[in-house]
This record gives sequence, C-alpha cells and structure tokens, in this order.
Amino acid sequence: MSLDEFFVTGDPLILGSQIAIGLTMVGLVALITYLKRWKWLWREWFTTVDHKKIGIMYILAGVLMFFRGGVDGLLMKAQTSRPELGFLDAQHYDEIFTTHGVIMILFMAMPLLIGIMNVVVPLQIGARDVAFPKLNALSFWLFFVGAMLFNISFVIGGSPDAGWTSYFPLAGKEFTPGVGNNYYAIALQIAGIGTLATGINFVVTIIKMRAPGMSWMKMPIFTWTSFVTSILIVAAFPIFTVALAFMSLDRLFGTHFFTVAAGGDPMLWLNLFWLWGHPEVYIVVLPAFGMFSEVIATFSRKNLFGYKSMVYAVAGIAFLSMLVWVHHFYTMGNSAAVNSIFSLTTIMIAIPTGVKIFNWLFTMRKGRIEFSNAMLWSLAFIPCFTIGGVTGVMLAMAAADYQYHNTMFLVAHFHYVLIPGVVFAVFAGLYYWWPKMFGFKLNEKIGKWHFWLFVIGFNMTFMPMFFVGLDGMSRRMYTYSESTGWAPWLGFSAVGSVVMAAGFAALCYNIYWSFRYASRDVGSDPWNGRTLEWATASPAPHYNFAVVPEVDRIDDFWYKKKEGKTGIKKSDLKPVHMPSNSWTPIFLGVAFGIVGFFLVFEWFTLAVISSILIVIGLVANSFDYDDGYHIPVDELEEEEREWRGELK
Amino acid sequence: MSSTHSSRFPWNHLIGFILSIALTLLAVFVKFYTSFSDSIVVWIIGTLAIFQALIQLFMFMHVTEGKEGWINVVNMIYSVFLALVIVFGSIWVLTSGHAAMH
Amino acid sequence: MTQANTPLEYRSHQSQMNILGFWIFLGAEIVLFSTLFASYFVLEHNTAGGPAGQDIFILKDVLIETFLLLTSSFTAGLAIHFMRNNAKNDMIVWTIVTLLLGAGFLYMEINEFIHYVHEGATIQTSGFTAAFFTLLGTHGAHVTFGIIWISLLLFQIAKRGITEKTSSKFFIASLYWHFLDVVWIFIFTFVYLKGMVG
Repeated sequence: MSLDEFFVTGDPLILGSQIAIGLTMVGLVALITYLKRWKWLWREWFTTVDHKKIGIMYILAGVLMFFRGGVDGLLMKAQTSRPELGFLDAQHYDEIFTTHGVIMILFMAMPLLIGIMNVVVPLQIGARDVAFPKLNALSFWLFFVGAMLFNISFVIGGSPDAGWTSYFPLAGKEFTPGVGNNYYAIALQIAGIGTLATGINFVVTIIKMRAPGMSWMKMPIFTWTSFVTSILIVAAFPIFTVALAFMSLDRLFGTHFFTVAAGGDPMLWLNLFWLWGHPEVYIVVLPAFGMFSEVIATFSRKNLFGYKSMVYAVAGIAFLSMLVWVHHFYTMGNSAAVNSIFSLTTIMIAIPTGVKIFNWLFTMRKGRIEFSNAMLWSLAFIPCFTIGGVTGVMLAMAAADYQYHNTMFLVAHFHYVLIPGVVFAVFAGLYYWWPKMFGFKLNEKIGKWHFWLFVIGFNMTFMPMFFVGLDGMSRRMYTYSESTGWAPWLGFSAVGSVVMAAGFAALCYNIYWSFRYASRDVGSDPWNGRTLEWATASPAPHYNFAVVPEVDRIDDFWYKKKEGKTGIKKSDLKPVHMPSNSWTPIFLGVAFGIVGFFLVFEWFTLAVISSILIVIGLVANSFDYDDGYHIPVDELEEEEREWRGELK
Repeated sequence: MSSTHSSRFPWNHLIGFILSIALTLLAVFVKFYTSFSDSIVVWIIGTLAIFQALIQLFMFMHVTEGKEGWINVVNMIYSVFLALVIVFGSIWVLTSGHAAMH
Repeated sequence: MTQANTPLEYRSHQSQMNILGFWIFLGAEIVLFSTLFASYFVLEHNTAGGPAGQDIFILKDVLIETFLLLTSSFTAGLAIHFMRNNAKNDMIVWTIVTLLLGAGFLYMEINEFIHYVHEGATIQTSGFTAAFFTLLGTHGAHVTFGIIWISLLLFQIAKRGITEKTSSKFFIASLYWHFLDVVWIFIFTFVYLKGMVG
C-alpha cells in the first residue's frame, strides 16, 4: 500500500483537518511537556481507577465527540441547504452521514450517559467506588481507543460509508471495497467490549454496594434506571459482538454470512443489528429518564410522583424493548403475522412511556418550581419528546410505515426522540451534577443562552424534516432538484442547525467561563437535593463518604436535613480501604487499539504479533495481587473538617 | 446455602457425571436407533440437552449457592428467555414471509 | 457475614462480587452463544453446492470429544471439592487432569476441522460452513482461553496456596469451564445429532 492510499488525499476539507489534527497533537504534547504535566497526567488520570475521574474522562470524550458529530451534521445541512449544491459530492456525503450516526449514538450519547452514571451512581447509593474499579478503567480505555480508531478513519484509509446501520450487501467487500468499513467493524467491536464490561460492573455495583438500609424500593430513581440500562447492556451487546464478528469475517476472511450467492443472508445482518440496535435506543434513553426524574423532583421541591409506577414502567420498557426489533424493517417483506405482532409490541411501549410523562407532570403539579437551567432542559424535554413519541406510534403501524420508511419523516422522528431524550437530559444532568464533579456551578445566565439557542435551533432544524419527509424526500439524499419544492424547508432547517451549533458553542463558553470565574463557594448541597450524592463534599472526596451513610426511607437525605441529622461523629471514622491505581487498563486499551488498527488494514502478521501485547496485559493482570491501601482516620478527619467544620 | 465444608465423598458430582454420560448415550440412541420422525427426535434430544444443562448448573456449578443464589437463578432464567427470543425470533422472522418464497 | 461453613471463596465481600459478576457475564455469554446458534439455524441449509453437515460429520469423533469434555467438567468439579476441603495437592492433580482432557478435546476438534477442510468444507464455502465454523470456533477459542487461564491460576495456587483470593479466582474459572460444557451439550445436540441422518 502506498502512502498515497494510506492517507486520504485530494479533498481540501480533509487536508485541512489533517493539518489541524497534526498541529493540535504536536501542540498538546508540547504544552504538556512545557507545563511538566506528564507525570501528573499518568498518575491522576491515565492510571486512575476512581469512578468520578473515569466519569469525567467519559464526559470529556463525549463532548469532544459531540463536536465531531456536530460538525458532520452541519456539513450535511450545508450541502442540502440549497438545491443541487456541489459543496460535497455523493461519496463524501455518504461518509459524513455514516460517521455522524455512529459517533452521535456510540461515541457521544453512550459516553456522556455512562460518564454521568459513573460519577453519580456510586455516590447515590453511598458506595466508595464501583464493584470492579480496575475493570471500570478498562471499560473507559476500550471505549476511548475504539472511538479514536473510528475517528481517524477519515484521514487515514478512508471513512466507512455504508450508513450507521451498514446494511449488507452494501457494506460487504463487493460494494464497499477499501478499509473504511473495516473501521466500522473493528472499532465498534473494541468499544462494545468496554460497554459490556460497564454493564456487568454496574449491575453488580447496584446489587451489592448499596448503603445499609437502602432496599430496592428505596433506591433513587436514577440508580434504578442505570440498573435497568446496565441489564439491557448485558442483554444486547453480545448480539452486536456477534454481528460485528460476522461482518469482520465476511470482509476480512471472505466468509459468506451475508452474501446471497454463496448461501448467506443479508437480512441476517439486519435482524442481528436491530436485535441489538433497538435495546440500544433504550440503553441511552432510560438513564436520561432517570436524570429528568431527579431534576424535576429536586426543582419542584416534591418527591417524585408515582415512584413505584416509575420503576415498573422502566422495567416494562426494558422488557418490551427486546421484543420490537422488526419494526426497523417492516418493508423487508415479512409475513403479515410477523409485522402485526411487532406492530403490537411496538405500540405497547407507548403505555409505560406515557405513564412516565404523566408522572413527571404530576410531580410538578402544585410544586414550588425553580427554573434553574437543569429544570429548563427537563421542561423543554417533555413537549419535544412527546412529538418524537407520537410520530413513533405512527411509524409503529406496519402498513403505514410502508409510506414513511426511510424518508426524512423517520429521520425527524428519531432526532425528536434522541435529542430531547438524551441530549437534553445530558445537559440537565451536567448543570445539575456539575458542582458535585468540580465544586462550582456552571453560569446560569450563559446557560440560558445555551438553552434557548439550542432548543429553538433544534426545533427549526428538525421540524421541517417531518414535512419534506411526508412529501417524499428519502433519507440520505445528498442533493435534490429545485422542482421538488423542498428548498425553503431545507434552507430553514440549515439555518436552524447553525442556531443549534451556536447553542453548543454557548455551552463550551460556559464551561470555560465557569472554570475561570465561577464562585467556588457552593457548599456540598447547592440545589437542596434529595439523594445521597449531596450528603458529601463538592467536589466529592476520593473516598466519597467518610462514614457510610445509613438509609431508612426514600429521599432519606432530604428528611435527615429537615431533622438536622446529617452530621458525622468523630468516633464513627474508620480507616477507608481504597483500590490502587493500575497501568493495565490503559495498556490493554492501547494494545487493543494497535491490534485493531492492523486488522483494519488487514495486516494480519502484524496483528498477530502485536496481540502479544494483549496477552501480556492479561497475564500481568492475573498475577496482580495488589490489595489497595487504607486512608488513615486522621487524614479523613482533616478532609471532612475542611467543609463540615469541627466534628463532634 | 449448602454446607460444603465436608470431606465426604463427592457423590453429588459422581451422580451428575454418570447422568450426563447416560443422557448423552440416550440421545444418540434416540437419534440412531429409533424410528421417530425427525421433529420428534429433535424435541426429545432437545429435552435431554436441557436436563444435562440443568445437571451442570445445579450439581456442578451450584447455581443457588452463595448469598445471591436467587439473583443467579433470576439471571439464568432471564438469559434463557433472551436466548429463546433470539433463537426462535430470528428463525421466525428470517424464514417466513419473503424468505419462504424461495 | 463470615460463618465458618461459608466456603472460603465467598468470604470477602469483594469475592462475592467477583463471583456474582461472573455469573452476570455468563448471562452475556448465553446471549452470545444463542446469537451464534440462531444464525446457524438460519443458515444451516444454505450449503450453496458445498457439503452439508450430514456429508461430513463423524459420530465417533464427536462422541469422543463429548466424553472428553464431560469428563473434564466432572474432574473440574472434583478439583473444587478438594479445594473446599483444603487439599491442595489433590486439587492440583485433578486440575491437571482437567487441563489434559481439555487439551485432548482441542486436539480432536482441530483434527476434525482439518478433516472437514479436506472434504471441501472451508469457512469460505457457504453460509452453512461460515455459521458452523464460527459457532464451533468460538467455543473452541473459549476452551483454549480456559486452558491458558486455568494454567495461570495453577501457578498461583501452587505458589500462594488456597487462600480467600486464589480460591475465588479458581472457583470462577471452574464456573467458566462447566459453562463451556453446557454450550457443548447444545452444540452436540443441535448441530451434530440434529444434522446427521438418523
């Protein structure tokens, strides 16, 4: 392979990115070296097993990926803003909608949600860390390496271009030669293994590490939704693992899982993809529901209406989510029985979802609502998400779906579900838990700019898509003629996407501004919260709780505050056991990345040789008998005194 | 939870082992030395396989042991449910409708 | 918490979590293998002119493989039995027997694959062979991984003795080994027996 084929050449946009990426990398390395921060970075971040730091790294990566995916989106909107524009050619457009989809779902939504789960869940259940801290770090590094591997595709070797769903036969070697789609198969596999490990980790954490007294029905609702999401991860991700393995075998080793001529079945890919893909939608949306529930209860100053029905609704949604996958391909030509059954199960999902919407509304009823930024996002979520949900019911009806299938109507629908359902939730969660992570609030005034620009921009961008979709515009069209009459709608939509981007820029500015200027004096409980994460200092100390809290009821901390019982006694302090840092997670992550890269380029000898690195990492891990260390009582006392004052 | 700190002979394991060998031979017998129709054979040997899996699960893996025995049982039941959905769902979806028209 | 009759591998809270976590992982493995089975059932009859299962499967070899693996599952259970009686040497002996049986299984399986290739059934031949080799290969890869894993643990047991930590590690590995036997039972039944002419 010549260098010319190795690097993507010939496109000024991509050349610009290559130069920019190169300069940024050199700049970063130079900066860290200049500031002498390498050791600090290694000790405090790269080898950390602290769930809060891992969560922050997830969030940072998620915001970065949001930027990348957002730029992809803007490029698409620019290309379709006027009829017959030549800004992007068809190939380039294909690559961009593919990376946009993959990045937004797997490398933006997932890490942001898992990041917040990481920070919050152990704190909410009164635990010192997750069940398997080292595995947690490995999860992060596998995700991160997978994401980076996927991201370099557009400058090295070429982007995948068969859509985020990568349907066969298009995604096969015959119709998509080159390494682009190998990136899809390998990078998602690596990230997926990390996600599966996260799922197992949180299931065990929530089963085994809850504070004494916190029985199942006394668990905070966000912990509940995280628990159910983790179960769904364990249930669904192995299916994707197998599907991606089949794809890799077909593309790299010439097997015939999906090629009709040799007895394969391309529909098998669709079937497996959506067996994973549909639960995946709920994997991202359930924790988001949990965040809204926490925020709405806190800022309405009321307990969550219908807590138990909320729990049952979440479990019901999770159960049904495994039984609806065919609604993504009604038009495949299934028998009437198949389409009817899957229509029914799909429509049934509207019932528990409706229960949740009403619970949120009733939580706010007669509450003393405080319009903080976190609350604003939750309020905007309800109507926007309902539009997404109702159009979903339209799509659920198999006969009608033959009209909507693969039109812009569908695209508008799932953006109305995922942006309010996930992105708004992540914003609400970030504003809400930011002080717990960093010890200061994000600025509320800049936050208002962020909120209004983003919400208005979002509706401007995606509302017109419903109409052009109903008018027959299919998805993934890179251009269209004047005579279609879509130009005004799509032009308006393009303007909306710029407004939305301005909203995102306001968030970035807000982070920068608050980091530099916001008051550090926010106390441990800035929002008058209800759950245990507010019972410890902000930012939370590395041991989380000096004394493990005991819980008598739901929202226990809220009642303890009223009773004035939130203090801790000096005599209760005991040495705290903590896990040690470890180099194996990042080492294994990088090793997987190297092997993955060679597999993408089908350099099998190098891949086999470098997989020795993975073996080394695993063996080293097996022989590691490090027992962690203990934080002595006087150190605890000193740290606690700093924010609590003198201990009794 | 069963008390397992005994130095008794592991009858449990031995019985499980003999049963699993016997069930395997029985399956071979049903397949090759009886004249049931193909679908009945699959049902019989499938049932035998499930019995063998249960032997492994209960007699070798002690699935109900430990403080979270019930969670293990729920976990296994749920996983089997998923397995049934994936296997029968995929077969149903991919071999009826368009695929039946070959 | 720590009663005298609690097996050593369940003593510490961390060990309990490790064992529970591994059970959850086995749940994920069930999903993984059922996806492989589902794909096999869908593609089973798509031989595209190549050999079908009934043309190439040999009952005798498959039965030997089955007995090797069933026996190894039994001996792995014995190893745990001796571990719980704190009989380190017996435990090591039965573990070595388990590993040898596992290696015997692998030897048979590799020979079986070579035989199929000579019969004209490679992984690239048809939808059927792709699904067949991938299902069998995934199981075989698991067995290989298990042999290496348990060998590493054997070193640790030999060096450190039967402690809270080594016993829980070994117990988890034994769960894995039994689980591979469960998977094999279904492969034996639904791939081999079902695929042969009665």
